[in-house]
Amino acid sequence: MSSRELILGRVRRALADVQPDDTPYEQAVPRGYLREHGDLSVEETVELLAENLADYRAIVHRTDTAGLAGTIAGLLAAHGSSTVLVPPGLPQEWLAATETARVADRVESTPDELDQVDSVITACALAIAETGTIVLDGSPDQGRRRITLVPDHHICVVRVPDQVVSSVPQALERLDPTRPLTWISGPSATSDIELDRVEGVHGPRTLEVVLVAPSVD
Amino acid sequence: MSGTFVGMPAFPKAAHEAVHNTTLRGNLRHATHTIRGKRAKAVMEMSDWAELRDAGKRIKDHTLRHLDRYLVQLEESVTAAGGTVHWAADADEANRIVTYLVKATGESEVVKVKSMATQEIGLNEALEAEDIHAYETDLAELIVQLGKDRPSHILVPAIHRNRGEIRDIFAREMSEWGRPAPEGLTDSPAELAEAARLHLREKFLRAKVGVSGANFMVADTGTLVVVESEGNGRMCLTLPETLISVVGIEKIVPTWQDLEVFLQTLPRSSTAERMNPYTSTWTGTTDSETADGPSTFHLVLIDNGRTDTLADEVGRQALRCIRCSACLNVCPVYERAGGHAYGSVYPGPIGAILSPQLRGTASEIDASLPYASSLCGACYEVCPVAIDIPEVLVHLRERVAQGGPATEKGNKVVLKPAKGHAAERAAMRAARWALSHPGALRTGQRLASRTRRLHPRTLPGPGKAWSASRDLPAVPAEPFRDWWQRTNGGRTNGGKQEGTK
Ligand code: SF4
Repeated sequence: MSSRELILGRVRRALADVQPDDTPYEQAVPRGYLREHGDLSVEETVELLAENLADYRAIVHRTDTAGLAGTIAGLLAAHGSSTVLVPPGLPQEWLAATETARVADRVESTPDELDQVDSVITACALAIAETGTIVLDGSPDQGRRRITLVPDHHICVVRVPDQVVSSVPQALERLDPTRPLTWISGPSATSDIELDRVEGVHGPRTLEVVLVAPSVD
Repeated sequence: MSGTFVGMPAFPKAAHEAVHNTTLRGNLRHATHTIRGKRAKAVMEMSDWAELRDAGKRIKDHTLRHLDRYLVQLEESVTAAGGTVHWAADADEANRIVTYLVKATGESEVVKVKSMATQEIGLNEALEAEDIHAYETDLAELIVQLGKDRPSHILVPAIHRNRGEIRDIFAREMSEWGRPAPEGLTDSPAELAEAARLHLREKFLRAKVGVSGANFMVADTGTLVVVESEGNGRMCLTLPETLISVVGIEKIVPTWQDLEVFLQTLPRSSTAERMNPYTSTWTGTTDSETADGPSTFHLVLIDNGRTDTLADEVGRQALRCIRCSACLNVCPVYERAGGHAYGSVYPGPIGAILSPQLRGTASEIDASLPYASSLCGACYEVCPVAIDIPEVLVHLRERVAQGGPATEKGNKVVLKPAKGHAAERAAMRAARWALSHPGALRTGQRLASRTRRLHPRTLPGPGKAWSASRDLPAVPAEPFRDWWQRTNGGRTNGGKQEGTK
């Protein structure tokens, strides 16, 4: 007998004493919890996102569509970056104001090559206000997971308010489980030494989030 | 479960030694109290905590009730997404499978994300025996591995080490394993973290095989989830060409939507954060065009005592555990005794009910674990999936003291009472050390019992004695065994043991 059959057989025998239960899954779990906490306006939700991002030491910047290229150029310059990783679908105009050398996200790049790049810039799939989380799903404007992992400086652009949800339940509704997802809440951190939080172990030590609102004109 | 630490003394003895190690106690006390307060705050932010906790419990119960069906569904989903599923009945089989898979890649080293399951089966040792080096990449695991030590906490395995000790370990051992610690390393946590970053980075960048566990597996989509802080998990999950995930069969949830419960309750219960820094989810492998992450993915599902646990009507609730470690941080016995005293990779209250079920109660340490508690109930209060740990402890005590039906390796057996009432002796010895500081135990117990609603239960046997406010336990006028028989394990006749106050 294969171990598969062995284990499944053990499971069935283990449950032999249990009352038969044909409650369908949909009815088996009462979901009395909230879809979101509080009753915030759209502006307040964006505000909460900014607060919670900052609370976990992400550096938050706010601008509008017209100011985005300038903001990004400023961040790269301030970080002293001479190279920046760029996913294939990143809107060209985001980099219109910077001279920083672009490095493409390619299949062939080795981890060592990625380790030589100063910064990475991506969009995101969505952001969660209640937890201060940005989620990447590997779409063309976000690239492969490793490009936001190996370089030490990550700039992530969130379109507000469209990409902002309030809560974890709302986020999961909008995300596609077949894509590899990375949820990021603040820069990499550890509390392993006397539970003292230290930012920056293996992931990017600096996380800058740019909240970009549509320009009003 | 092959994970009994060799030569491990039974709980009371190990705990007695730990209680007298003042550095250890200082480290532990500081750490558990810090996180305890933070957790309470993080939970208070959620007005629907009770509903989330109830939903978490029900999702897990429903899954366990139909575990065969969900396992088959998971296998189909993972396979359809390009992964390969393997089944391991016990630790040896799991180790053989992983060793075989690593060898098939032609590699002789793997990078690992912290995983309870691989510790439980002793994977690192099994790989080492075949000349495959497994590098732990979680900072705390690295401290443990370099210090040739054992983990003592589920989430913070090096919780028993202070910064000075960690500095010494890094300075002494890093050069043995790869990049040495920087010259003049101090004991500041930031510098220590930086030393670990540099030491591990070269390993990540060249790694071809990653080994992980998983916090959740979603049956309907075939998605695996890893929740972490440092980014070492992301490194292991995305840079290597081959990923091998070793996961207990109880880690399933039926649907993607179910994650909305656990991704809210787990971070707050474990690190007291609204959300942990990184959560990764992946579903099989990506196509060659996307080429994001490992091109080969193996999932090794392990039983190793879980189906035996599932067969126990009272004990099966332990399989709901999401390993958040909140129960450790509130446990007065854990705080005093430390994680090592539990003689297993699962320390604290959850370890006290899980290890004796996964491994059986044949060894002295496993027979004594159900007594490693004052039954104060604080663990149940904080548990995000509402595992009634005291109820299972009492049930297991009964099994140890009286014997009775149990399941071992899938076979129904009838256990004999522990020889010479070893359990009773163990309990009394346990009571003796725990009472060296009775004040905290008593307070914890009162606080907890005030908020407990379910199971109006008086404390049987030594649990009762442990709360007495004196330095030595009262020797009960009525022997424990007689009392146990008379009261049906403390369930009838008020369960009050004569001679105790
Ligand atoms: S038993 Fe409950 S509190 Fe303890 S680790 Fe498991 S889920 Fe967390």
